[in-house]
Amino acid sequence: MAERLFQAGIWCAALLVLMVLFWLVQGLLDQGLAKLSVDFLFSQPQNAGRDGGISSILVATLLILAVTLLVALPLGLASAVWLAEFTATHNFWARKVRLALDVMAGVPSIVFGLFGYAFFSLFLGMGFSILSGGLTLACMILPVFIRTCEIGLRSVNNSWRQGAAALGMPKIKAVWFILLPAALPAISAGLILGIGRATAETAALMFTSGYVDRMPGSVMDSGRALSVHIYDLSMNVTGGDAAAQASALILLMIIMVLNMLAYAITDLWLGRRVLNGFAN
Amino acid sequence: MALQTKGFTLGQLTEAKTCCEPIPHLSVHNLSVKYQHKTVLENVNLDIYKGCITALIGPSGCGKTSFLSTLNRMTDMIAGASVSGKVLFHDDNILNQPIDLLTLRRQIGMIFQKPNPFPLSIYRNLALPLREIGIKDKQLIDYKIETVLKDVGLWQEVHHQLDMTATKLSGGQQQRLCIARALVLEPEILLMDEPCSALDPISSAVVEDLIVSLRGRYTVVIVTHNLAQAKRVANYAGFFWMQERVGKLVEFGRSQHLFDQPQNELTAAFVNGRKG
Repeated sequence: MAERLFQAGIWCAALLVLMVLFWLVQGLLDQGLAKLSVDFLFSQPQNAGRDGGISSILVATLLILAVTLLVALPLGLASAVWLAEFTATHNFWARKVRLALDVMAGVPSIVFGLFGYAFFSLFLGMGFSILSGGLTLACMILPVFIRTCEIGLRSVNNSWRQGAAALGMPKIKAVWFILLPAALPAISAGLILGIGRATAETAALMFTSGYVDRMPGSVMDSGRALSVHIYDLSMNVTGGDAAAQASALILLMIIMVLNMLAYAITDLWLGRRVLNGFAN
Repeated sequence: MALQTKGFTLGQLTEAKTCCEPIPHLSVHNLSVKYQHKTVLENVNLDIYKGCITALIGPSGCGKTSFLSTLNRMTDMIAGASVSGKVLFHDDNILNQPIDLLTLRRQIGMIFQKPNPFPLSIYRNLALPLREIGIKDKQLIDYKIETVLKDVGLWQEVHHQLDMTATKLSGGQQQRLCIARALVLEPEILLMDEPCSALDPISSAVVEDLIVSLRGRYTVVIVTHNLAQAKRVANYAGFFWMQERVGKLVEFGRSQHLFDQPQNELTAAFVNGRKG
């Protein structure tokens, strides 16, 4: 009986989560669906975004994301490898770095925005630019990404570490050929969390990449991210609701596609380099 | 590979002696191992003879594995472990700090209790260490892999599926692959830490046969809880025991002497199953 109740509880909880998502999407479909079209994706916004499409916004969003990942991925992996493999758990500096990361993970994005504005935009003279926005987002997602990767690496079977050492393999080679591929599920989970947070970010971008809705010519141009666009349309533009909802639908789809892509790439890589059933 | 086990009773040990000149390959002097401030092994003195199989027996927790790990400096990987004494290998003390650890571990390979093939294909498991020592020629790598897989009796079983991930092999096959992976680097000495204890009896017998076949070609040091196995495979045996909470080497000598005419009462009690 208790088992039954427990199961029913779990099912209810899962349904509740699904219903919230459904309710959210349904709210967007209301006006957004009518606005969605191929044209919407491939034309530039007009009349403050009420009319036209979101092509320039999409390009700016993807450029910001690209900058973020290009910076966060190598830096994050390197830091995680350092923390997990090249320092003792109780090493003084490692502990300080971990503490700093955990504090940073809890810092509100608006603070990252202000930091990005002060450091990248003003101090380094990048101004309002996609580069500045991407770098700010990289700073924002790094803490969670590094910690997830570190934990992933730490949970890799220690016998592989010993095996590699006993074969006289340099540590860095063991990390590259064995430990990182084995930690890939955790790495991609961290990446998905990071991408999700970055694509959904509004506050940090308003101060750094700005909200000019023209098509960006380079990463040094200002560009308006999708989330900023949605915010602007729903808060500052009367009659922009339909466009805002359509944009939100697109944002949801982008996040979904990116997540599926991350899983697919992980599977593909795991399938090739690591075994299929290596979790057991 | 034949499954029957080759018993090394009194008679056959003399026969094995021909491939077993007592030339020290490793000389251990006054070796002690500490974890943090707790001494786990104290004052061990023994010689590991070239081409012989040396078995280390004794109850759990008396420092056998710690001893084994000092011989290729795997103790370096344990935080807080400190080792004192001398281990002479080619006249060098391998416990000296400035030493080429990578080369040492290629010369003194190690097999672990639980088979630990990398989560890569069978082929890559063997090719990776070869590439690491600078062998790039694909043909040479293929040749070495085939040879070593034949040596461990795996070639017939896996030659048509070298791309398969190694962790899909059975436990015994995995352990033989691990032995192959150590052998592919052509080491002088193989350290084995209870290589059969995680395997079923049949796989265990196959791996044991393989270990016996290494005699004369490699120097083997094997830690085992299986007294019958130690008796069957070893030329020399060392018996470890806890004395005042510290692991000590109680007796060391020819396997047949240690098992049949133990000099120490503790050894006698242990090998006859009265203690431990």
